[in-house]
Amino acid sequence: MPIFRKPFLKNIVSKTREMPEGLWTKCPSCSEVIHNLALEENLRICPKCEHHFTMGSKERIASLIDEGTFEETDAKMTSVDTLEFKGVATYTNRLKSYQDKTGLTDAVITGTGKIDGKPVGIAVMDFSFLAATMGSVVGEKITRIIELSTKKKMGVVIVCASGGARMYEGMLSLMQMAKTSGALARHAEARLPYLTVLTNPTTAGVMASYASLGDVLIAEPKSMIGFAGPRVIKETTHQDLPPGFQTAEFLEKHGLIDIVASRTKLRGVISQLLDYLAPATK
Amino acid sequence: MKIQALEFEKPIVELEQKLEEIKKHVQGQDIDLDPEVRTMQEKVEATRRDIYANLTAWQRVQIARHTSRPFFLDYVDQAFTDFVELKGDRLFGDDASMPGGLAKVGPHRCVVIGQQKGRDVKENLLRNFGSPHPEGYRKALRLMRMAEKFRLPVVALIDTPGAYPGVGAEERHIAEAIAVNLREMMVLETPIVAVVIGEGGSGGALGIGVADRVLMLENAYYSVISPEGCAAILWKHRKHAPEAAEALKLNASELQKLGVIDGVIPEPLGGAHRDPEAASLLLRDAIVSALDELVPVATNKLLQKRYDKFRGMGRFIEG
Ligand SMILES: [Zn+2]
Repeated sequence: MPIFRKPFLKNIVSKTREMPEGLWTKCPSCSEVIHNLALEENLRICPKCEHHFTMGSKERIASLIDEGTFEETDAKMTSVDTLEFKGVATYTNRLKSYQDKTGLTDAVITGTGKIDGKPVGIAVMDFSFLAATMGSVVGEKITRIIELSTKKKMGVVIVCASGGARMYEGMLSLMQMAKTSGALARHAEARLPYLTVLTNPTTAGVMASYASLGDVLIAEPKSMIGFAGPRVIKETTHQDLPPGFQTAEFLEKHGLIDIVASRTKLRGVISQLLDYLAPATK
Repeated sequence: MKIQALEFEKPIVELEQKLEEIKKHVQGQDIDLDPEVRTMQEKVEATRRDIYANLTAWQRVQIARHTSRPFFLDYVDQAFTDFVELKGDRLFGDDASMPGGLAKVGPHRCVVIGQQKGRDVKENLLRNFGSPHPEGYRKALRLMRMAEKFRLPVVALIDTPGAYPGVGAEERHIAEAIAVNLREMMVLETPIVAVVIGEGGSGGALGIGVADRVLMLENAYYSVISPEGCAAILWKHRKHAPEAAEALKLNASELQKLGVIDGVIPEPLGGAHRDPEAASLLLRDAIVSALDELVPVATNKLLQKRYDKFRGMGRFIEG
């Protein structure tokens, strides 16, 4: 596991004194100031308190999939403003600005690859693109990778993160919940494993569809996971929220999450589960 | 019960008041023959037709939410017969915001489920304003599986502002309950007809909405987010809900154009609450004719078509 290569880190730290501010990140949990390269090297986990920072989809794939085995699917698929959404900003403009900012086409990367030699279909959502909201592109790419995995008799791993459905696509975005869940029904009928990794935050429409449907639900520590947002719940119920409400650990205790796994253990956990659940490869 | 007029119906109400005054003045004469009365009556009707023919998205949302509008159990009473309510999810409790059971609609025996709102404080306490907890979705699935076992079609009538956002709902995994319904409904081996009769509030509506035929009453709305919620996020204020309603394309006719729903069921002029009996007949006829078509279809063909329908939803550029 590529976790914490000491010599490399030492190099960085010794050079850091004269480095400009933009290269450092302050941990929101323990206030430790961490060098960005050190953070990347440590899978974006705070070395002091193990706070899991948001991880980009490309880095995630690199951390999970055997080097050189990833083949991206539907890399060029992009969203369209079907509703001609007239809001404060147009949907087309928002898409463009997020594409420029992130270098991504939309909020999910899908493809096939191997994990310790075992072939899988994989989808990784990227929170930096419009809060990883699910529109037609996210729904279609995820449905296609599930269908391809069913056809090729492979397990599927979906790394989730999402603010919910993408309002700009109206009901077309809501229908992606039915579409993806339907594809999973067929994948399940073929007795193929589906592993879900819930990362911070996974909520609303995505949580109420494929994110909840894994044979095994794995969550990263302290991830916020739920259907409704805490503010909406407070406003609706005028109730105090219990401590740790909607965290991975809370949901583990309440019977939803199978395994809370640190990012450093994730690949190993998935690999082991695939050994048990995936059909033997030729 | 007096029906509360909506803001945009004020011109009709005012003309109706004028008509009443004129009628009082011509007491003793044959009212129907009085030219002034007839002119005013025609004016009332013309205004009514004009207003209802040009409803905005937001006005329809208000009709869909009208407390005098027939609710699920009103339709069960008037469009169905011999309803036997079946309660409980066999896991935790019975959710009164999602009643369900066995019933007949025209010649078809079926399982009917739907969200039920209340009209006053006491009823709403029981019905939770039509916002189900996880138990509602799990009961619905239990009843749908019973339908599958006994080869009965499923009719789902949708009317909810949304699944309940509460501590208990989260602790018992409302997202998972909805997700499982989506997956299982897609492969349920019996015909399913879903009709949005009032509010189609996002995932809470879709949780019983994966169907071979998805229909909407003319003034119902079906939306990924409430217009107020959308306005609060994108316009930074709830007062922009009318614009958000327009932008979201949440009306029946728009959604049929988008291919999200299969058909629109007309309502009596002014909305279902103006003539619940006629509205019930229109609903019944639409459900019966959908079932007439679906019941004879072979199961594997039915499931393939259901899958293909939802599979085809979404617009994107292949790139
Ligand atoms: Zn820290």
